Amino acid sequence: MAASQFTLSKEDWSLHRKGYQDQERHREKVKQAIKENLADLISDEGIIMSDGRQIVRIPIRSLEEYRFRYNFNKSKQAGTGKGDSQVGDVIASDGPPQPGQGQGAGNLPGVDYVEAEVALEDIEAELFSELTLPNLKPKSPDDVVARDIDFRDVRKTGLASNIDKKRTLLESLRRSQRESARQDGLNWRIRPDDLRYKTWEDVEEPDSQAVVLAMMDTSGSMGLFEKYCARTFFFWMTRFLRTKYETVQIRYIAHHTEAREVSEEHFFTRGESGGTICSSAYEYALTLIEKEYPPQRYNIYPIHFSDGDNLTSDNERCVRLVEKLCEQSQMFGYAEVNQYGRGSTLMNAFGKINHPYFRTVVIREKAGIYQALKAFFSVRDDTSRPA
Amino acid sequence: MNDAELKELERSIEWIMEIADGFGLDYFPMRYEVCPSDVIYTFGAYGMPTRFSHWSFGKAFHRLKLEYDFGLSRIYELVINSNPSYAFLLDGNTLLQNKTVCAHVLGHSDFFKNNIAFAQTSRDMVERMAANAERVRRYELEYGRQRVEQVLDAGIALQQHVDASWHADTVRRERMRRLCEDKWQRARPRTGPYDDLWQIGEENGWNGTDGQAKHGGDEAGADAYARRSAQRMLVPERDLMLFLIDYSRVLEEWERDILSLLREEMLYFWPQLETKIMNEGWATYWHLRIMREMDLTDAEAVDFAQMHAGVVLPSRTTINPYQLGLAIWEDIEKRWNDPTEEERERFGREPGQGRDKMFEVRETETDVSFLRNYLTKELIEDLDLYLYQKIGNEWKVVETDWEKVRDHLCASRVNGGIPVIWVADGDYHNNGELYLKHGYEGVELDLKHVEKTLPYVHRLWGRGCHLETVVDDRAVLFSYDGRRVQRKFL
Repeated sequence: MAASQFTLSKEDWSLHRKGYQDQERHREKVKQAIKENLADLISDEGIIMSDGRQIVRIPIRSLEEYRFRYNFNKSKQAGTGKGDSQVGDVIASDGPPQPGQGQGAGNLPGVDYVEAEVALEDIEAELFSELTLPNLKPKSPDDVVARDIDFRDVRKTGLASNIDKKRTLLESLRRSQRESARQDGLNWRIRPDDLRYKTWEDVEEPDSQAVVLAMMDTSGSMGLFEKYCARTFFFWMTRFLRTKYETVQIRYIAHHTEAREVSEEHFFTRGESGGTICSSAYEYALTLIEKEYPPQRYNIYPIHFSDGDNLTSDNERCVRLVEKLCEQSQMFGYAEVNQYGRGSTLMNAFGKINHPYFRTVVIREKAGIYQALKAFFSVRDDTSRPA
Repeated sequence: MNDAELKELERSIEWIMEIADGFGLDYFPMRYEVCPSDVIYTFGAYGMPTRFSHWSFGKAFHRLKLEYDFGLSRIYELVINSNPSYAFLLDGNTLLQNKTVCAHVLGHSDFFKNNIAFAQTSRDMVERMAANAERVRRYELEYGRQRVEQVLDAGIALQQHVDASWHADTVRRERMRRLCEDKWQRARPRTGPYDDLWQIGEENGWNGTDGQAKHGGDEAGADAYARRSAQRMLVPERDLMLFLIDYSRVLEEWERDILSLLREEMLYFWPQLETKIMNEGWATYWHLRIMREMDLTDAEAVDFAQMHAGVVLPSRTTINPYQLGLAIWEDIEKRWNDPTEEERERFGREPGQGRDKMFEVRETETDVSFLRNYLTKELIEDLDLYLYQKIGNEWKVVETDWEKVRDHLCASRVNGGIPVIWVADGDYHNNGELYLKHGYEGVELDLKHVEKTLPYVHRLWGRGCHLETVVDDRAVLFSYDGRRVQRKFL
């Protein structure tokens, strides 16, 4: 009797992909949430200070499954001791215990108290997909290198190992259908004529001989917030350039009343004091270009961060030098960190410059860092350089 | 599992069933399926192989699968409350583990078939959920994935607020009938000799006022009419989902349908929330008894002991339903098999009634009454159960008194551990706004979640939504007007 009460079977479940499909949808939503929160995320102190910790915890709202539920932290919970538990025994410290574990299926979902964890890589992937070096040009013919091969063509001849099976079968089906319409009966066979081969082409990319001149005002008037913005910007810029373009060089120039070149570490960690003469940095950049980076061989991107509090008598000179820099570079970026929206003499002076490669950005709040990145590292409809 | 093992398992199942029949277990016909781990974990995340698609299931699946891949936790089996019962066995289990699992799920199936809470669940839910999933997919094609997902997001956020009590429908119908009668009498007091003629309208479903006669029974007609009339909303109502389906003015028909299918599926799962401890304890009790009757080799006996020990492993931070359930069942058996002097005299309890009593309890109780009636002082002290709470940065034991522990456990199982939300008014401010009231019984709501969930209610109701609850012993009203959440003390 028992034998008729059950069946035991083992089937092929390999086509059951539902879990993976919905997992993919969840991943899509995480990416979307990262994208929407990018401006806040990249200015998050936790990331800049993370010291290579590759995972950051961020609240991603749309992904939590909200419902009316009890406050876990404010209520009592029941537990099982090893015997002789007394009032006052400490069970766990810090992080909450994870309910919902243990064997057994059941349909009671585990209480999900985990903040969303996002790998730095994911944030970068999202951010960097929006950024690019503007006006990049191949500067000398020998810089063009083949990077990769790309299968993008189908031909009737080719290497046997590159047979495109799907297309070959389709072709053969098509032909035999055509023929069967003429004669009676389907005679399906793969003829040599049906064979299709994938073929590749070399992908040639201009080897970006590019150099970024990162200039930062380190004078006394640069407060905590100003420095924070500038450093965050350069942090992402460096990571972006290192990830996307291998041969891009970055030179760091710090200035107050005079400019000098510093190491990357020094640039990001030290602050200085003193007054501000921006032209000193521009001058230094020009000499650097003259000595080491001839514009006919290099794509040059000078980027300058300041609070705009420049010595008034210097502004005239700044404008002149910046115009000169624009002539020699692919893009000149000036970012002014101006939290309180005060009038800035330098920005006023720069207002006169009308050069297609000249870009300015004012950062008023942390989220502005993202705007600055997008403004500088994007392809605009720049007209070609004036002759 | 290879073919030889499958054959062996098949023989074992026959044997297991013979033993189970001998014990008097009464289960549905069984369909055992051996599946790879990712399929089992998919079912674990969805609750049912055929359920509709939603990213939250994908999230759960990912988490479960990750824990399995890292060896942190393991689902041995999954059994479905249906006739026949489907049981999914993990391909990676050893033969002995799968034998144990087969015995274990017989316990579950017996429980599904005989426990009162499951009496009204539909036993063809596998097919119904497949049909539901198909409808959701069709809506996605017709209205776009984005729109369907939005409705699902909102619906899933509120799906736990249903009324699964077995008499809910009867009570609701009765109240609706009385409500209609009251309104009717107030509107047209019966004074003349021909007033009984008005009742003709009532038979036709109260549609006389609309000028079109509707046939199809008293209740159906009354429902349909009430849906159109804000004044005839049945409040207070515990079934928020039903209320939204019936009375929301902004939902399109397909949106209502999605809410209905979510509600239907929740009602199906509900008894499982309400009997978690009993059900798992019952199945554990029986796999133990059945495996003891089998001829196991020495090595198998050790493996089985190890597996069973893992299943009933107590946890410092949560209650393991397998362990607690098993302990209570065994205690019942002991106390009714071998009653004390006092029990014999006061309750007239005859010795040797253990199994009979157990079968009676498995039929008539759910977790709340099970804990209330059979979790004794001795058990709580034996198991060393306690309550703990977060104090500062640490989680500390705050209560070991057996009555307090038992009462807390009971309270935490009320309504399946889900806060009770009443619809208090569907026409608040005379503006069609929705007024919800949390049935506060000492445990506060997670306020962040309240603020994030109210917009979902708004999405489905279409007008201002309010939730009254208690925070720090003061009544608080959360309101969402479509733009932001405000809270004010009452």
